[in-house]
Amino acid sequence: MTTLLYDGSFDGLFTAIFEVFEYRYKDVEITSRERFHQENIFAEIHEVITQTEKSERVLNKLEQNIGKQGIYQLLKVFLSEDPDLENLILSAVRQSVKNPENNILENFADNDVLKISKICKSVNRERHRMTAFVRFEKMRDGVFFSKIDPDFNVLPLIRKHFHDRYQDQKWMIYDLRRNYGLLYDLNDCEFFYPDEKIILHNYQQKFHDEENNYQILWQRYFTKTNIVERKNMKLHIQHVPKRYWKYLTEKW
Amino acid sequence: MNFDRLKEKLEILADAAKYDVSCSSSGGTRKNKKGALGDSSASGICHTYTEDGRCVSLLKVLLTNHCIYDCAYCVSRSSNDIKRAAFTVEEVVDLTINFYRRNYIEGLFISSGIFKNADTTMERLVRVAKKLRLEENFNGYIHLKSIPGASDDLMQEAALYADRLSVNIEIPTESGLKLLAPEKNRQDMISPMRYIQKGIIQYKDEKKILKKVPKFAPAGQSTQMIVGATNENDLQIIKVADHFYKNFNLKRVYYSGYVPVLEDQRLPSLTTEVPMLRENRLYQSDWLMRFYGFKAEEILDPNVPFLDLEMDPKLSWALRNLDQFPVNLQTAEYRTILRIPGIGVKTAQKIVSARRFQILTMDHLKKLGAAVNRAKYFIDFNAGNAYLKYLTDKNFRKLLIGGSSSKFHNQFSQQLTLF
Repeated sequence: MTTLLYDGSFDGLFTAIFEVFEYRYKDVEITSRERFHQENIFAEIHEVITQTEKSERVLNKLEQNIGKQGIYQLLKVFLSEDPDLENLILSAVRQSVKNPENNILENFADNDVLKISKICKSVNRERHRMTAFVRFEKMRDGVFFSKIDPDFNVLPLIRKHFHDRYQDQKWMIYDLRRNYGLLYDLNDCEFFYPDEKIILHNYQQKFHDEENNYQILWQRYFTKTNIVERKNMKLHIQHVPKRYWKYLTEKW
Repeated sequence: MNFDRLKEKLEILADAAKYDVSCSSSGGTRKNKKGALGDSSASGICHTYTEDGRCVSLLKVLLTNHCIYDCAYCVSRSSNDIKRAAFTVEEVVDLTINFYRRNYIEGLFISSGIFKNADTTMERLVRVAKKLRLEENFNGYIHLKSIPGASDDLMQEAALYADRLSVNIEIPTESGLKLLAPEKNRQDMISPMRYIQKGIIQYKDEKKILKKVPKFAPAGQSTQMIVGATNENDLQIIKVADHFYKNFNLKRVYYSGYVPVLEDQRLPSLTTEVPMLRENRLYQSDWLMRFYGFKAEEILDPNVPFLDLEMDPKLSWALRNLDQFPVNLQTAEYRTILRIPGIGVKTAQKIVSARRFQILTMDHLKKLGAAVNRAKYFIDFNAGNAYLKYLTDKNFRKLLIGGSSSKFHNQFSQQLTLF
């Protein structure tokens, strides 16, 4: 058994996959350095140094077999932070190399492919929910600020959506769990990585004067648009799971 | 802006608009212009859900609940003693923009009580849309309610600024409409719809020849009808929906289970339950027509003109057409697989993909997401299927109902005890 340790990046992972083929490893697992705990003392450790040429070679080859859409699916698996993500992606690459004529990601009868498809579905669902449940709050400096805490690391998947939509206002989306965010300053839309966790106690004090009014209007609208005779909390919670409530203005 | 007054108006006019079921923000694309606000894509987004479980994707309000008509089923009817209010054009625009900026909504759905006459009302609605597009550079979604009897000129303008237009046909049957809304007539509802339909077709033709054609109601038209306020049957309702899909190219027909809000001899009493299960079955039938290739005539039998409340319409169809089963998963055409109870569009697509790689078994079917408790009786695998012996069983129906429980079972048990 050989354990390949990589730096936790997408390119790092595909460098590692390249080296699995390069060194013809058979019995192998890939783990990020951060998550690695030495359990198997008999495992041989192979340190991977991220090289974009290597990762690009794998990705280009892969794109010929499974298309851009297929790569996008593997990216979603990567962003899912699933404990098994490296080995699932490795399995997909191996199958695709063996079977280049077909898009192996459509072979839903294979356990790894099915698992990939399930993870993609979950990640997609949360990606979609983030386009829905982000709530911006206007700050005194005019920036529309939002905090999120998704189960999967979906921020990279929603950048384009918000960039397309909000071009005439400054905005920021901050992932509390992963301590990084997206900032749009009317020109560029880039990720930012603060050195320390941003402290958000009392940040309501920095609200723009009009912010509270619109929040109240939205809350009143939310209440009034409900039809009491048709109340169905089970359905409500199914659509708006409770873990999101604390970030939703209407669920104050 | 007087915030307290605005809040009061919003409460009144959201409350009055909530019985309109249309909620979708999908079907149209409107790309953002450089540096402007808003971008609509075909899929649409539900931003939250009310406690009754309905999606909130648009700010849905009436411009005013003052109304000259006295339709029995409507809370805003002129003879109803309620608080009245009217938004100014500026107020609606301000709410839409500020809600949109905070990512609460995809856009605006605005309807109105009819004040003065159809054209005055329609003109005001059009002004809201026009201001949003031209002055605020807003590219979010706008759904305008067409006012029955509005003139063609106003409909033309409405279609240039709105993504979707709709006229509610309210009551499925002509006679029901006469009874409950004697001042309204079907023709006034149909004519703006016909105008927009022609416009959409013309726009599509022009687009083939010319590069730059203005958008004309790009998300199409929809309508809704109230179910259970009069004594129409489900077959009539489905036929009406089918008629509108076929002859008016409607994007959606919505069904609204009547919520008793007013005491009136012509209406079901205030204690009548909202027919939610019936409404659910109608939506299922609607889906069968739009996505599963079923014809209206296949869904209901003229001898039994009501949908089965105990089972979904597809299962019900399958039971009436046992000769079409079993279906072999390995060889059957996609559209045949779509007709198997318990198999949806996505699962059917996955089956067709996966079977190119290997021979499918019951175990695969489960993993692919089929509702196997229903599907298993209707499928033939290459390796055979022991459940097929039930297909000819006299008690097959009972077996099927026993094997699945409706999500409405506990909640609306009163309705089920009728059967």
